[in-house]
Amino acid sequence: MIEFTCVTKQYPDGTVAVDDFSGQFPPHQTTVLLGSSGCGKTTILRMVNRMVEASSGTITIDGENIAQRDVVPLRRSIGYVMQNAGLLPHRRVIDNIATVPLLNGTPKAEAHARAEELMDLVGLDRSMARRYPNQLSGGQQQRVGVARGLAADPNILLMDEPFGAVDPLVRRDLQAELRRIQSELGKTIVFVTHDVEEAFTLGDQIIILANGGQVAQRGTSEEILAHPANDFVAGFIGLAQGERTLHRSPDGGGVLVDGHGRAVGVLAEEPAP
Amino acid sequence: MNYLLDAFAWIADPAHQAGPNGIWARLGEHLGYSVVGVLLACLVAVPAGLWVGHTGRGRGLAVGLASAARALPTLGLVTLLGLLLGIGLVGPMIAFVALALPSILAGTYAGVEAADRVAVDGARAAGMTEWQVLTRVELPLGMPLLIGGIRSAFLQVVATATLAAYVGAGGLGRFLFLGLRTQDYPQMLAASLLVVGLALVADIAFGLLQRFATPAGLRTTR
Repeated sequence: MIEFTCVTKQYPDGTVAVDDFSGQFPPHQTTVLLGSSGCGKTTILRMVNRMVEASSGTITIDGENIAQRDVVPLRRSIGYVMQNAGLLPHRRVIDNIATVPLLNGTPKAEAHARAEELMDLVGLDRSMARRYPNQLSGGQQQRVGVARGLAADPNILLMDEPFGAVDPLVRRDLQAELRRIQSELGKTIVFVTHDVEEAFTLGDQIIILANGGQVAQRGTSEEILAHPANDFVAGFIGLAQGERTLHRSPDGGGVLVDGHGRAVGVLAEEPAP
Repeated sequence: MNYLLDAFAWIADPAHQAGPNGIWARLGEHLGYSVVGVLLACLVAVPAGLWVGHTGRGRGLAVGLASAARALPTLGLVTLLGLLLGIGLVGPMIAFVALALPSILAGTYAGVEAADRVAVDGARAAGMTEWQVLTRVELPLGMPLLIGGIRSAFLQVVATATLAAYVGAGGLGRFLFLGLRTQDYPQMLAASLLVVGLALVADIAFGLLQRFATPAGLRTTR
């Protein structure tokens, strides 16, 4: 369990990125921080591994205040996956994945064997192990990034818009893979995105943030869709614009249309699995 | 054209090549001074440049110092130091170091700063210590620029090491100043050609070194 209590981040120039944020990220679940750019979601994420230091308030992991921990072991115990992968361009794929185990002193052969297993897990062909990051596609680099985040088998995985820079088809693949991986591993994932679809696809819990890290609403996607807390939430998730209000098409045939009359899907007879 | 042929003939003359006053000995001295001057400058400028590049602190100071040092008139400095410290190698050596410092400093911090910031951020987030970030990420990625700085410093010092002879410390400048005093123009031109040749060879060597130091992952492309 990761718990934020009254956490504020103010930069020296006076900008308040996060103002009095409190929240819990439950274990073995995916919590999505959803908000537009500049709302402080990445700042909240980066305070978990102290890439950003909180100005006030406390952050605990399993009851232990992280401010009292050494940053280096703290960071090594938490997986981190970032936008654009952030791989080391001068290291081969296999060494990039094995970064944290190698830092922790795991023998090279063992670390590489583990890295190869992770390549299987994230759907990378083992023949890519000897390549350099710039020889991979954006989607493949992102898979390497996920494998690197998982390499030391951390309980917590922080993901900062990890699929933001890949094209929509690849993004959908990666989201599906992440769901599969999560169903196998059951990590505590904190996932930052501005993409509502992505949040609904991946999040067990979704926290919608307004400016300054103000919590606009938290809940499951069903709860948020059924009872948007306010106009901001309704607007952000597209309820206000009618995009998510579905009706049967007047032409019949089970086609569903949204508030603008655009066809968006078909209605199945049997209930959802 | 005659002078040029005479100069080559002067170099080719076996009588000018061997012995303690010969071309090989002076060439060795010249190269030695340059190497020592640049190495001494590296000892100061590389750690300072790494610190500036890694922390981002003192950048304004480093830029200011580097440009100020570039504006120093080297001949004036050698003369002044010669007057202060007397005949010998110490004066010119200080001048060589002062001349080499700015390029190496600038090359080093520019190299560190040029390392992909996203990769550096990722390395830090993965749990590298600041020292590991510097030595395993920023330094290897910045190595080509760092060597580039040493390369231009070395070329400047090779050219300037000619002035060592001005205060009696030998090197290829010895032939030049001797030729000047005896109005032996072929000898002067020969000395210049030797300096130019040395600079060209050094430049090619550094060029190869720079290519070799470029990390493999940055050389290959998809």
